[in-house]
Amino acid sequence: MKILVCISKAPDTTAKIAFTDGDTKFDEGGVQFIVNPYDEWYALVRGLELKEANGGTVTVLNVGGADSDPIIRKALAIGADDAVRIDAETIDALYVAKQIANYAKEQGYDMILAGKETIDYNGSQVAGMIAELMDAPYVSLASKLDMNGNTATIEREIEGGVEVIEVNTPFVLSAAKGMSEARIPNMRGIMAARSKPLTVVPASEASTSTAIKGFTLPPAKSGCKFVDTAEELVELLHNEAKAI
Amino acid sequence: MSVLIYTDSSNGALTKNAFEAANYGGQLAKAAGTDAIAVVVGSASGLEDLGNYGISKVMHVSDASLDNFDPQKIAHIVAAAANETGADTIVFAHDYTGKSVAPRLSAKLDAGLVTGAIALPNGNVVKKAVFSGKAFAEIEITTAIKIISVLPNSLDKVETGGSAEVVAFSVEIPTTGITVKEIKKESTELSLTEADVVVSAGRGLKGPENWGMIEELAKELGAATACSRPVADIGWRPHHEHVGQTGIAIRPNLYIATGISGAIQHLAGVNGSKVIVVINTDSEAPFFKAADYGIVGDAFEIIPKMIEAIKKLKA
Repeated sequence: MKILVCISKAPDTTAKIAFTDGDTKFDEGGVQFIVNPYDEWYALVRGLELKEANGGTVTVLNVGGADSDPIIRKALAIGADDAVRIDAETIDALYVAKQIANYAKEQGYDMILAGKETIDYNGSQVAGMIAELMDAPYVSLASKLDMNGNTATIEREIEGGVEVIEVNTPFVLSAAKGMSEARIPNMRGIMAARSKPLTVVPASEASTSTAIKGFTLPPAKSGCKFVDTAEELVELLHNEAKAI
Repeated sequence: MSVLIYTDSSNGALTKNAFEAANYGGQLAKAAGTDAIAVVVGSASGLEDLGNYGISKVMHVSDASLDNFDPQKIAHIVAAAANETGADTIVFAHDYTGKSVAPRLSAKLDAGLVTGAIALPNGNVVKKAVFSGKAFAEIEITTAIKIISVLPNSLDKVETGGSAEVVAFSVEIPTTGITVKEIKKESTELSLTEADVVVSAGRGLKGPENWGMIEELAKELGAATACSRPVADIGWRPHHEHVGQTGIAIRPNLYIATGISGAIQHLAGVNGSKVIVVINTDSEAPFFKAADYGIVGDAFEIIPKMIEAIKKLKA
């Protein structure tokens, strides 16, 4: 089974969010970058579990510059066999999806896994775009993935429930909570990661479709109004906030 | 030139989010002086009701094979409808269906997509929350066709009155590889992402046996229940109730948090809520900084009194 896991570089969940260049760029100063948690905890770890059960390989793929290499090594330390970095700027989701699809088309992967969204742009776009560009089925926000030969049984979140889907390889899937439990790399994994292959491939020609004009921070809350009793709270929620 | 809106249906009726998308598309079309046209797939009735949100025409592909969800087929149909109507803007709800279909359509039409819009566009510039709600971005769509998915509960409804004309739309449906085997409903509980009021609790409740009062408060308020991550991880509550950065992100009108300290990852999942109430014994709990109303005190005393006060209010 040949598995591709797409990983994105994201600021740590506790990073301070600030902007530079007239509020048009994320301020990376002092920010620790991590593997996007959905990509790592759910897509990558489930990919590794499937490989351990059925045999095969897990390749991680990142679109980005050399500053992505530390998070790629982390994914290798967790257990991926090898890595590919497409040396392209992450201009927009469709541009990134085209880079991945152009590369993956020639590789014959049985499945392409990614997290349900990144924690920076929260787009939930790239995996679905890859599927369309490769004319493959796409199952979004999957919470369970089991393989039986070439057939996958997948559970997908829907409003107020879960849908059970069957699909044959090759397919594309975005992974949500429930797929697997996070793994912490051990020393052996970290040592082995240093010598695992990381292939850098050049960007392919692709058009862009969106451009960020600027960022703003949410207005500060005007402050918490402290009340003493439950009765007072209910009264304020009813008459002042009009929320109940 | 027109605005095309994909309005989703479930069990034969339009979903709440379908009306959210129609409301967005209807207002957008009105501002642009053009028509708002909806597209619906599968067996669904009551489609003329979309006229109340500015939709003039509904294109209905009623093939029952479309009752089973398949984003590949829906993307194909919406693309055909866009071609037929010459739509230059296509609107989805940013829900489970929208997240599956809009990216496919974006790649199919090579059209720029912004997901999770929180306001009507300003020209071609769309505003959305980024960094899990810690900031907003204004994103320009630079392609001729624009696709926008709107975050539910972010735009006030404008009812226009009127009834939409429903026309059958015939399009060849491609064969695809997805088979829906089963749909498991969690229960009859209100879905967390659609609830207007959410009552949530964390480790401060000390044990799963103490959730009765949370459920009762939720019942009184017509609310859904939620929990913090530690509580889901130790198995006090089911995982699907976990709200936060790695769980479900919600934006109800009212969010009541009990015994949750307010870690940054939890706040990221709830900071879109309109009114936040925090009840905690620790006056230093970081959640109070994000709250609109707070009580420093013991949930075991306060929640039962709240239930009583709400019952009195309703009486």
